[in-house]
Amino acid sequence: MSGTSAIHAAPGLSYEAGHDHDHDAAGKALWGFWLFMMSDLILFGLFFATYATMLDPMSYAGGPTPRDLFELPGAAMETAVLLTSTLTFGLASLAVKYEQGRGRVLGWLGVTLALGLVFLGLEVREFAHMIAIGAVPQRSGFLSAFFGLVPLHGLHVTAGAIWLVILMVQIVGKGIDAGLTSRLARLALFWHFLDIIWIGIFSIVYLGGIV
Amino acid sequence: MTTDFWRIVFGRLDLGALDFLTAFRDPTLNEIILSGAAWAVILGGLAAVVALSRYRLWGPLWQNYLVSVDHKRIGIMYIVLAGIMLVRGVLEGVVMRGQQADGLGGGFLSANHYAQLFSTHGTIMIFFMAMPFLTGLINIVVPLQIGARDVSFPMLNSASLGLTVAGAALVMISLVVGQFSTGGWTAYPPYTDSLFQPGPGPDYWLWSVLLAGLGTTITGINFVVTILRERAPGMTLMKMPMFTWTALCTAILMVFALPPVTVSTAMLLLDRYAGFHFFTNALGGNMMNYANLFWLFGHPEVYILILPAFGVYSEIVATYSGKRLYGYGSLVVATMSIAVLSFTVWLHHFFTMGQDADMNAAFGIATMLIGVPTGVKVYDWMATMYRGRVRMTVPMVYLVSFMVLFVLGGLSGIILANPSIDFQVHNTLFLVAHFHNMLIPGLLFGMLAGYTYWFPKLFGFRLNDRWGYISAWSWVAGFVLVFFPMYVVGLMGMTRRTVAYTNPAYQPWMILSAVGGVVVTVALLSLFVQLYVSIRDREFTRDIGGDPWDARTLEWATPSPVPAYNFAVIPHVHAREAFAVAKEAGLGYQAPPAYADIHLPGDTWMGVILAVFGTAFGFGMIWYMWWLAALSFAVMAVAFIGRALRGDRAGVVIPAAQVAAEHRAWLAAVGRLAPVTREHEQDGINHGVAAPETREVAA
Repeated sequence: MSGTSAIHAAPGLSYEAGHDHDHDAAGKALWGFWLFMMSDLILFGLFFATYATMLDPMSYAGGPTPRDLFELPGAAMETAVLLTSTLTFGLASLAVKYEQGRGRVLGWLGVTLALGLVFLGLEVREFAHMIAIGAVPQRSGFLSAFFGLVPLHGLHVTAGAIWLVILMVQIVGKGIDAGLTSRLARLALFWHFLDIIWIGIFSIVYLGGIV
Repeated sequence: MTTDFWRIVFGRLDLGALDFLTAFRDPTLNEIILSGAAWAVILGGLAAVVALSRYRLWGPLWQNYLVSVDHKRIGIMYIVLAGIMLVRGVLEGVVMRGQQADGLGGGFLSANHYAQLFSTHGTIMIFFMAMPFLTGLINIVVPLQIGARDVSFPMLNSASLGLTVAGAALVMISLVVGQFSTGGWTAYPPYTDSLFQPGPGPDYWLWSVLLAGLGTTITGINFVVTILRERAPGMTLMKMPMFTWTALCTAILMVFALPPVTVSTAMLLLDRYAGFHFFTNALGGNMMNYANLFWLFGHPEVYILILPAFGVYSEIVATYSGKRLYGYGSLVVATMSIAVLSFTVWLHHFFTMGQDADMNAAFGIATMLIGVPTGVKVYDWMATMYRGRVRMTVPMVYLVSFMVLFVLGGLSGIILANPSIDFQVHNTLFLVAHFHNMLIPGLLFGMLAGYTYWFPKLFGFRLNDRWGYISAWSWVAGFVLVFFPMYVVGLMGMTRRTVAYTNPAYQPWMILSAVGGVVVTVALLSLFVQLYVSIRDREFTRDIGGDPWDARTLEWATPSPVPAYNFAVIPHVHAREAFAVAKEAGLGYQAPPAYADIHLPGDTWMGVILAVFGTAFGFGMIWYMWWLAALSFAVMAVAFIGRALRGDRAGVVIPAAQVAAEHRAWLAAVGRLAPVTREHEQDGINHGVAAPETREVAA
């Protein structure tokens, strides 16, 4: 490495043989992805804040209130399914790390995908029920905020599921190489991130609405 | 049956929406200006197409620019976009000055047309002039300053540009098809809700801001990673050039301050398209949420705009004073402080909208606090000039004017930061004078100074000084004439955004302001004359050595124009002003011990795809042509996923032998050139090698 001797030899700047940038593409992509998630977190934070300001009789506008709409069993079920999917994704990551073979990785990813789809199904069922009883976003400011926040999370999960399918197809086609490991690491981050968001939704929207 | 069919194909678009026909139906001055603008866009576009075909430039344009991921080319495209939008924004401003000079009890514009003008003027100047200009400059300069080959994510860089272009294209299309929002650049609901503006106007605003905002967020991510991960060996954070520091702070602000406007536009879109009640008057909407969300973006945004300009000023003040930058550490701290404080003041944009006095006081004090780090910066620049060998070049004209005018604008900001005074002057032209006083000397002068300063690095010749001075002084004089009268009439009570007025005391000031508008037009024209004359006379201002200003940072240690790979060999950096220290020791132009193959990222169509289909998507959404929107979205999604799956397969390797040959040829050319002293900086003998003179350098 260039110590003080190099500085004396060449003040300001110098050129040294055989020393170029390291091309740490995976590391850079991971940094970029962390930044994207920070940005995305602000997005969610503002939807949460908007929702919180809409927990107010003025914003209920005479329509249904959280107490009328939310019930714990459904939300608890969704929570259990999504949290389990984060566990199974973790197991898939471990399978990649300890090179337990393509089959096991695909297996855990498949379970994760299935749980993600079940979660989405439960969520759609809940929305359908709300719409059926007239709790539509056009009804009140409060319901607009609900249908802004919770489906936004659902859309993220959908995007994550599509991404998961793409990676699974790549694993089947090309196996697990360095590029795929890096992509899988980013998707894992994203998936766990969505879990944390959901915990916020569960606590603020559902638990907060029922108490 | 057929009516239904055409309704599906064209949505709510009909012949009445074609602005370029209205003047034939109703030839009043108002309509002629409206149609004239539409024809200007159509004919301007046609002229560009004809010129490109005539000179057979489609191939080079496509190959060298549109699909290029070279950060310098992308930066140039951003600045070209900024230039086009600057022309429109300035002309709109001049038309508004004309209207208000004539506005005593009437004028020649309709209220609706005037409202569109100030809405597009603000939207364009912020989102499609200032943002592309500074993003372009950051793109061009930062990788060179930190000794990198490109940005961390070259494809995403092209994608960001594509999204920004799509947003700008929608604003331009609004001149030709339909009308723009009349809700100002902030687009406050409920006025912009579908109840009050059911037409496409606010939708034009929303989709263009949403698309450009996404592009900016990606740019921010890209540059944070680039600056933190791509620096040359030895360049620690505290050895980074000041412009790179300001670019880092701006990029961080882009990552964190753009989401609020994405949220506010998304919510307003839901209100308008799906009948949601985020911001409506009825059924529990709350427009204060919009004000908070918008300004949670809007205030950091003005620091996104101003910080890179501060960076430019920091670079040029050291270079043209022949002296190291005074107070580097304090400038870094001040930049960071401004970035942090920028998130704590948004409420001062609506002191009068209902919070209690304690809340207003807290935000008023926070606002005044920002004056402190900004003051530190101004003192640092003055101290840099103090006892320096100052050369009053064109960038320095901008700098000195900035220091005087920006401080005045800052003082009017301190006045406005006091809520009790703000209650008197808010929503008057005093406020309009204030923020133009910050953004024109701050942002615009800074960008123009940077354009003049770094131009030779990209194109290999200097810009014409004579026309540069004419333009710079015209900008300064024009700015003062346009906006200082507004302080006066603002204090007299003249409200902003009014097409006409009844108080005759305003009119002399408004006529003076319109005269300023003429001077500003001269300044704008001079910029283009300067460009033309500079290209025509480029043989006399050739920059071969790459260091025409005896400058101090890494980018000047490269040939001009910079090769695609930037540096033949990545330098090791041992000092803050690496190149100045090396030159001081007589080691500015060293031959590297060895050359290696250089890997460069490959071209991508992503930028073009996002620009074209992003525009089509927005247009489809605005006019309810759902098939077009769905199709365009699908194309973009497939392109993006496809690229994610394929990765970059077009990477280029430049063989070591070629790099060595090019670099050695350049070193030999530098050796042959006569070094010039600073007395001859602007003369024909300056070919970019600086004679050694007494320097004060920062190790």
